[in-house]
Amino acid sequence: MTVIAEPGVAAAVPASKPSRADNAVELRDLAIIFGRTKEALALADQGANRDEIRDRTGAILGAYKVDLDIRNGEICVLMGLSGSGKSTVLRAVNGLNTTARGEVMVCHEGALVDVATCGAKTLRDIRLKTVSMVFQQFGLLPWRSVRDNVGFGLEIRGMGAAERRAIVDEKLEMVGLSNWADKQVQELSGGMQQRVGLARAFATDADILLMDEPFSALDPLIRDKLQDDLLALQEKLHKTIIFVSHDLSEALKIGNRIAIMEGGRVVQFGAPADIMLRPADAYVAEFVKRMNPLDVLCADAVMTPTAKLSREAGAVMMDGDGGAVALTLCSEGKPLTLMINGQVRTIGAVDVSGAVTRKGDVVVAPAELPLKTAIDVRRQSNYPIALVDQLGRLAGLCDHEDIYRGLLR
Amino acid sequence: MTDWLTTHKIPLGPVLATAIEWLTDHGQAFFDFIAIALSALVDGLTDLLLWIPALILVAAFAIGAYALHRSIGLVAFIVLSLLLVINLGYWEATMQTLSLVIWATATCIVIGVPVGIAAAHRPWLYQAIRPVLDLMQTIPTFVYLIPTLVLFGLGTVPGVISTVIFALPAPIRLTQLGISTVPEALREAALAYGATKRQLLFKVELPHAMPTILAGVTQCIMLSLSMVVIAALVGADGLGKPVVRALNSVNISMGFEAGIAIVILAIILDRVCKRPERRAKRRSA
Repeated sequence: MTVIAEPGVAAAVPASKPSRADNAVELRDLAIIFGRTKEALALADQGANRDEIRDRTGAILGAYKVDLDIRNGEICVLMGLSGSGKSTVLRAVNGLNTTARGEVMVCHEGALVDVATCGAKTLRDIRLKTVSMVFQQFGLLPWRSVRDNVGFGLEIRGMGAAERRAIVDEKLEMVGLSNWADKQVQELSGGMQQRVGLARAFATDADILLMDEPFSALDPLIRDKLQDDLLALQEKLHKTIIFVSHDLSEALKIGNRIAIMEGGRVVQFGAPADIMLRPADAYVAEFVKRMNPLDVLCADAVMTPTAKLSREAGAVMMDGDGGAVALTLCSEGKPLTLMINGQVRTIGAVDVSGAVTRKGDVVVAPAELPLKTAIDVRRQSNYPIALVDQLGRLAGLCDHEDIYRGLLR
Repeated sequence: MTDWLTTHKIPLGPVLATAIEWLTDHGQAFFDFIAIALSALVDGLTDLLLWIPALILVAAFAIGAYALHRSIGLVAFIVLSLLLVINLGYWEATMQTLSLVIWATATCIVIGVPVGIAAAHRPWLYQAIRPVLDLMQTIPTFVYLIPTLVLFGLGTVPGVISTVIFALPAPIRLTQLGISTVPEALREAALAYGATKRQLLFKVELPHAMPTILAGVTQCIMLSLSMVVIAALVGADGLGKPVVRALNSVNISMGFEAGIAIVILAIILDRVCKRPERRAKRRSA
């Protein structure tokens, strides 16, 4: 979903909201300090920045006033330069980093549990069953075989070898490493080792996956392949994934939502198109500047929404090379009939990949049509593209003008 | 000034002597128990090794070495060199020394590995025991030979104890090294999957440190062997005895023969024990 909020609203850091049932992780006013916690927090509350706090107390402000709601089944990317606190926040979710203040609520066995205060036993239970992790340097045990690495979490849980084996082999199949089960991890390439890391994380069947720059140590091509594989797996598994990355293009590709961090704070939290179109400050804008909007934006981010279209006698009016067009909608808002210059014509359709599913004069396309594809579709038609939402209702029109505007911002 | 210094001598030696005296007076039962238990263990193993016919034992060593290393050269060396030892007439002394080395090393591992683990987990503890370890390795052996003699009486036991004091720092240091060099990433990975401290130790730290710990064990064996002659001075049986006797009677031939037997035992033990380290290296290459 691309956000249609006003620029000012989108730029603001989301304020604390009441708990919602579909949140997998909720961070509330989270602060993490390395060193003298009390003094550093007091300084931070007075508005001191990270360097001042370090100079005066020697403590490092890891994260401050971080509020994030991470929904069930979404991929949330924490993005920022090194030292921005993204890994720090991630590692608070499974208690690897100690929380100085605030709450880290994790949905564990149907209820939200505060990792910061839950006690060692519950924390261990959360780590065993609910939250698993993938590491930048893989974190595999080099003296173990691939199979024994994947089964590590289950072994820690106390599961017997026979029971473990079935699960492990299934996960290895999932990441395409079935033939490598008995190899030592060190015989594998970096990309394959991280597949082992992924399989290990999936093996415990945890609902929440923490991924700490999992692909940063890999070659660009391998990285791209693993990103695709992760997205494909996510289609099937619907895990809640918190993904740390320093690479905005990776964040835009993978994330349903992106939290951009700087100096331990979240400066912007929103959908990829939101970040691209409405960067909250100069820091975010600097990142966005180097991105190609064609890779990120969808047609609905640039379209003219239905509410702003001109109407005549209930029909949506548009101009095309072939003449005046009137598109009538049914009571639910779905495109019904098409008139061009007073004559009834057929409505065509393309799918999200741009492939024609029905021939016609005006093309109806899903709203999440990638902008690249939208350009192609518009080029082959004489009329603006009619974008429809998932229920088939007209969401807006996408014409040359809209596309140019989106590209130029 | 110097006169004043020398006339007011600090009673360092007498204090330590009194302390040892106090120990002999009050802890005699304890030290007797250790002495009896240790000598029973060492003598028991020696008796077992000598009860088995020599040739059968040589064959057993050869088979064991082959099973571990699959090296014909090593097996040939073991067989030929042990036959030479039998031929020279030092079989019994060699077995006595082997028994002493095995028990000294076992004691060192039983004490050294847990201490090393504890020291790796608590940096302050390692700071505290480091000077003690340095002392154990540098203080001349004869110095603590005297109190051990007083506490445990003449024979094999003070030999084993002195050997343990001398060799113990190696496994402690190397265990500490092995455990404290476990990459933080591995430790965190285990914690992130819910490992307890115990699971962390047995599933991550010890396996990672194993090559280093084994190096410590090998070193411990070699250090124990180097103590054989000194152990003989306080009455421990073994290859040290003929060396001491040869020294006292200026018997060059006996000295060389016993010396060669010690070297042979050292080489065999070294080659048999060192292998796991090399295998681990090849795997990581």
